[in-house]
Amino acid sequence: MHSEREIPIRLRVNGRERDVDVDPRASLLDVLRERLGLTGAKKGCDHGQCGACTVHLEGRRVVSCLTLAVQVDGREVATIEGLASPSGELHPMQQAFIDHDALQCGYCTPGQIMSAVACVKEGHAGSLDQIREYMSGNLCRCGAYVGIVAAIQDAAARMKGG
Amino acid sequence: MQPFTYVRVRSAADAVRAVADGGPGTRFLAGGTTLLDLMKLGVETPARLVDVTGLEDLNTIETAGPGELVFGAMARMADVAADPRLIRDYPALSESLWRAASEQLRNMARVGPNLLQRTRCAYFRFGEPFACNKRKPGSGCAAQDGLNRGHALLGGSESCIAVYPGDWAIALVAFDAQVDVLGREGERTLPVEALHREPGNTPHLETTVAPEELILRIRIPRTPLGRASTYHKIRDRESYAFALSSAAVAVRMEEDTIGQARVAIGGLATRPWRCREAERTLAGRTLTPETARAAGDAALRGAKPTRDNRFRIELGARTVADALMIAAERARS
Repeated sequence: MHSEREIPIRLRVNGRERDVDVDPRASLLDVLRERLGLTGAKKGCDHGQCGACTVHLEGRRVVSCLTLAVQVDGREVATIEGLASPSGELHPMQQAFIDHDALQCGYCTPGQIMSAVACVKEGHAGSLDQIREYMSGNLCRCGAYVGIVAAIQDAAARMKGG
Repeated sequence: MQPFTYVRVRSAADAVRAVADGGPGTRFLAGGTTLLDLMKLGVETPARLVDVTGLEDLNTIETAGPGELVFGAMARMADVAADPRLIRDYPALSESLWRAASEQLRNMARVGPNLLQRTRCAYFRFGEPFACNKRKPGSGCAAQDGLNRGHALLGGSESCIAVYPGDWAIALVAFDAQVDVLGREGERTLPVEALHREPGNTPHLETTVAPEELILRIRIPRTPLGRASTYHKIRDRESYAFALSSAAVAVRMEEDTIGQARVAIGGLATRPWRCREAERTLAGRTLTPETARAAGDAALRGAKPTRDNRFRIELGARTVADALMIAAERARS
C-alpha cells in the first residue's frame, strides 16, 4: 500500500545503495522482494518461526519478516543474491549445498544458506551438535537436515581463513 | 496490519516523553520479535511506535565489575549469551539466553524488553472466535476447557492460565536481579521478581511498569553461587521450542552438603516463579537424587492441573531435580 505516509529510507543492499519510500508497516522482507526485486529471501511463515527470510543485517543474521524496513534506514543488508562472486563463482556454502544434496524443494534454501554462512562466521559450526543447535531457527519441511548439516560442516572447513 | 506512525528517539528521556505524550496506543519498539509478530496477528494494534533500538548507550555489557553484573536494556540476547565471563561464572544466565529462540531472533531481541515477552497461549494469539480475558477483558478463557497441555500449573486463575514463556527472566529471578526503569518522574528500581503480575481477575495487566516506563538496565548482584548453576530446559524438541518445563538452579556446595541453593522454574507458571520452599528443603542437606527430587516436589507444590497438563507436575519436579544434579556437578569441577 502506498500512501502519503511513506517514509524515505536509504539502505545498502549487497554493496549497492538503494533509496526507497516505504510504508512504516513494510517489513524488510517485503521491501527486498516487492520493491527491490530481490526474491531470494522467501516468505514462509511471516512470523519469525521458519527462517526462510533470513538475511544479514550489519553482518548479523536476522529474520527479515520481523524487521521493519524503516528500522534498516542507513544500514547494510546482505542477501543470497550477493553471495556468489561477481564472476558467478558460487560461495563455498552454496557449492556445499549442491555437493551434499542439501535440499529437495529449495524453498528454505536461501534462508538456510544465509543462516549457515553466519553460523560458520560466528564460530558455531564446531561440531555436528553445535551446527544442529545454531541452525535450529531454519526449518526444512522436506527434511533435508542430514544433507544440510553435512554441507555446513564441509563448507566450514573450506571457509577457514576466508 | 493497522497503520501506525513511526518515530525514532535520541535519548531514553525522549523515548519516555514520546510514549507519555503520544497518547494511548503508543508503544516502545525494540527488536520487534514479539510486537511485530502480534501486530501481524491483530492482537497488538498500536497507533504509534517509538523505536528505541538506536539508544546505543543502553547497548552495554558489564561483567567485570566487582559488585554486580550490569546489562544495558538494548544489549542483544546473542551478545550477552556469548559473553565469556558470563559463560564461565554464571552459566545459567548464558544458557537461559542461548536456549531461547534462534540465533536470528537472539540477534534482534534485546535483553531488557525480552522480559516483557508476551504469552504464547494460542487462544490469546489467534483471536476470534476464542475467548481470552487477556486479549479482550471479560470475554472468558478458552484455555480452561480447551487444549491446555502447555498452560500454567502455578499462578493461574479462573480468568487466565497463560504461561509466561520467557527463559531469561527465570534465570534472573534465581539470581535476585533488579531492573532500573525510567519514567516521567525519573528512575526507580524493582526486583525482576516484582515485574510480572499474576493474572487474578485482570489478566490484561501483565506487568507492574507503566506503558511509558522504559527498562534501562538489568543489574545482578555478584554471588559465589554463579559458577555452579544451570538453566535446564525441557521441550518437545531439543532446540528452538518453548519450555514444557525449565529450572534455573544455582548451588553452593560444602563437600556433598548444600550450603545454599537458588531455584526458579519456567514454562510452568503465569510469571517467573522463584521456589523458596524448594531452596529451604535443600539448605544443609546432603545432595542425593532423593533430596533433589524432594526439592522438585516442593517447587511444584500447589500445582493446579487442567485437562491436558497434569504430566508436567512430574516433569517439572524431575526438571528441578536434574538441574540440581547438573549444578552440583559443576561445583565439583
